[in-house]
Amino acid sequence: MTLSLPQSVLQRIWDDGQAHYPEEGAGLILGRLQGETRRGSSLLPLANAFEATARGRRYRLTADDMLRAEAEADRLDLDILGVYHSHPDHPPRPSEFDRDWALPFYSYLITSVQAGRAVESRCWRLTEDRAEMVEEPLEILPQEAS
Amino acid sequence: MIAVRIPSALRPYADNQKEIPVEAASVDSALNILTERFPALKPHLYDETGALRQYVNLFVNEQDVRSLQGGATPLQSGDRMMIVPSIAGGAHAELPTGFRLSL
Repeated sequence: MTLSLPQSVLQRIWDDGQAHYPEEGAGLILGRLQGETRRGSSLLPLANAFEATARGRRYRLTADDMLRAEAEADRLDLDILGVYHSHPDHPPRPSEFDRDWALPFYSYLITSVQAGRAVESRCWRLTEDRAEMVEEPLEILPQEAS
Repeated sequence: MIAVRIPSALRPYADNQKEIPVEAASVDSALNILTERFPALKPHLYDETGALRQYVNLFVNEQDVRSLQGGATPLQSGDRMMIVPSIAGGAHAELPTGFRLSL
């Protein structure tokens, strides 16, 4: 499975991570599943609902926000393909906490924001046995597919 | 008959269905019927101890069942039950002591 994103969508994810620095920013990636490719086309930036003093190392999207997000995805006739979040001053690798909370199916796109500047994004997915997060190929399209 | 809405993350374990009709009198009963019909759903809804996973939230007609009667919340024909995940994560660094993730 590959997560495919237009460059403009990745740039918005980087902008969101930079805007939230030094806290973690997060949201959802919407799009369509086409064979073995998840084609992300829209973002739903959401509030980081974790306790304020720990938002530099944790994020949380509430069930109420997810309820609204599912309704918005239905309205747009898109699926929630995954979650993006930033790791301020940390590499874009999933933590044990990420794995513990991960859902199956979703792509987890993590962006490293170093000293306020987004530098790298990598994509991960939970294995079927929930034992680990494995890296998923990330394809960036130079122009938005029409 | 009630309808159970499956979130996108769990649809691959329920024949890719968005909504599944179930004949059940309570939330717990609906979950039991669902996981009997789709056994692949079970490990993603329940942990090894049999407790609902921490990211699983249940709504009946858009009301969180924790504000109703939890798993014993009665269901009536025409009700819509939704399984809604919460999402959380974060970087490797440890949190200051005393932090717990409450939903």
